[in-house]
Amino acid sequence: MSEGTGNILEVVKVNKSFHDPVTVPVLKDVSMAVKRGEFVSVTGKSGCGKSTLLYILSTMDTDYEGQVIIDNEPTFGLTGERLSQIRNEKIGFVFQFHYLLSEFSVLKNVMLPGLKLAKRSTAEIEARAMELLKDLQVEDQALKMANQLSGGQKQRVAIARSMINDPLIIMGDEPTGNLDKKNSEIVFDIFQKIASEHKRSLLVVTHDNDFAARTDRTIVMDDGRVVG
Amino acid sequence: MRLLFSISLTLLRAKLRQSIVAAVGVMFSITMFVTLLGFMNGLNDLLDGLILNRTPHIRLYNELKASPTQPIDLTTDSSTHNFVRNVKPKNELPKLRNAQAIMDALKKDPRVLAVSPRLVAQVFFNVGTVDLNAQVNGIDVTQEVLYYRFADYLTEGDPHDLATSANTIVLGKGLADMMEASIGETVQVTTATGERAMLRVSGIFQSGIADADKVQCYANIKTVQKLLARPSSYYTDINVKLHDLLEAPVMAQELARRFDVDALDIQTANAQFETGSDVRNIISYAVGVVLLIVAGFGIYNILNMMIYEKLDAIAILKATGFSGSDVRRIFLLLSMIIGIAGGVSGLIGGFTLQNIIDNIPFVTAALPTVKTFPIDYSPKYYIIAVTFALLTTWVAGWFPARKASQVDPVEIIRGK
Repeated sequence: MSEGTGNILEVVKVNKSFHDPVTVPVLKDVSMAVKRGEFVSVTGKSGCGKSTLLYILSTMDTDYEGQVIIDNEPTFGLTGERLSQIRNEKIGFVFQFHYLLSEFSVLKNVMLPGLKLAKRSTAEIEARAMELLKDLQVEDQALKMANQLSGGQKQRVAIARSMINDPLIIMGDEPTGNLDKKNSEIVFDIFQKIASEHKRSLLVVTHDNDFAARTDRTIVMDDGRVVG
Repeated sequence: MRLLFSISLTLLRAKLRQSIVAAVGVMFSITMFVTLLGFMNGLNDLLDGLILNRTPHIRLYNELKASPTQPIDLTTDSSTHNFVRNVKPKNELPKLRNAQAIMDALKKDPRVLAVSPRLVAQVFFNVGTVDLNAQVNGIDVTQEVLYYRFADYLTEGDPHDLATSANTIVLGKGLADMMEASIGETVQVTTATGERAMLRVSGIFQSGIADADKVQCYANIKTVQKLLARPSSYYTDINVKLHDLLEAPVMAQELARRFDVDALDIQTANAQFETGSDVRNIISYAVGVVLLIVAGFGIYNILNMMIYEKLDAIAILKATGFSGSDVRRIFLLLSMIIGIAGGVSGLIGGFTLQNIIDNIPFVTAALPTVKTFPIDYSPKYYIIAVTFALLTTWVAGWFPARKASQVDPVEIIRGK
């Protein structure tokens, strides 16, 4: 766990450019930090680089300059294998699109990252997955195939999946972007509960200003810079 | 690894029909590979056996030769050329001198499996007013049955009879037909020197080579010695069978020098058989390998398609902590499952097909002992087939799997 600063996630002077067809800087000297249990939103106009930043923080995009420190471990230059482990153990993801595997049941979808981590037995992982599905009120869907669920249900399953390994931080890229008002509300409440009750950090990219306004802190980006 | 295996299986089950098609491709090629090679080699063995079973690895004999030195060579020096050739070949019988001593020496040689003497004589059969030219082979019947499959080529009669009763003869099929002789009847034989004898027919012999069956016949070596009025040490040939056929050419030269006789090895006598077998083998291996490569392309295609369809799944697996090599292993496993399933069913299919071919009647006058198509059930072909199947599926799976492992999840997820 983090000590000293109490930051789960720290970004130090990250720069990134797209090179195709001409070099365009997208992130300019971005620095920020997320504390334990903090619910942070990132907003900004389309093309301001907020999603790009999120994918750098997720460790999936390694083509940048600067440093990203997750749980006091600098991640720049680590091997793909190690980054996979960090993603598996310390980060949960919720995307705009649910990305459930349609070949697997809902329960198996939630369990997969836990089985990969293999820190607990299959039975324990299954029990934990059922518990999460119950918290998110989709436990009755557990044995259905993933593609038989409605959009809101799928997104809740995706949230359950992001939490299976009790990650330090959950990252979301427009997690309510595809949902109607009612389902967005449900997802927001779940996120808030995760932050306040489970003491997990949340970093959510959104352009929904109502959503952003209700989070603990909002980071506003404009043209590749943090402006507020 | 168990997790990856179960993911592979789930993906496979989701694309069951395509996976089965790919596996059937592998199965078909393995079936054909095993059947083709088994059948081809069965035939090869049969055709080679036609000659090789009956042919000694080394034959020792004496050939009538012109005198190598003419008397005039001894009196003139090398600067002049002479063309006087007045000394003709000696009136010498093709007898092997010291045959018993040579046989005793050969029997002690560790490379030698069996030594059997022969006495070959030219005779005439008197049928009415016609004299049929023939060759009687005096043989050691027990040895011939043991090492040269003599009994296999007897279509009628019992080799035991030939071994035990005096004055008996086994006629070639063509010869017997011409004389209209059957078992139990007596035929009259005249030797080259004019002696006559009556011999009882105790069997009919069919070698599969029609020309040979018109002139060849067999009798106990003692009978032939008596027929020619020669002592019991009189042999014209010594047939040697070796443990290792490949040693024959070298050993033949060695024996020729050591015993001062002519020696003919099987490779020199039947060079065309080796060549024929080799060519047939190359053709069947080539066809089999091509079949496997085609099946490999099938797997490659199906995996490639599957990866395009599953880009989302690959992206999310990577996002949730599966590494590139995990993804590669998932797809390689998928390919190997298809390969193993197809390979094993192909072996079963191949064995079944071999069995069916083995039961198809194949009757030919040339081959009296063969009733059905010949099959070589050697496990060698099964092992080669499986090794090749696994190798092709591994290679066919490796390229798509590597592509899957290189999928950039950010590109897929942001692309939505």
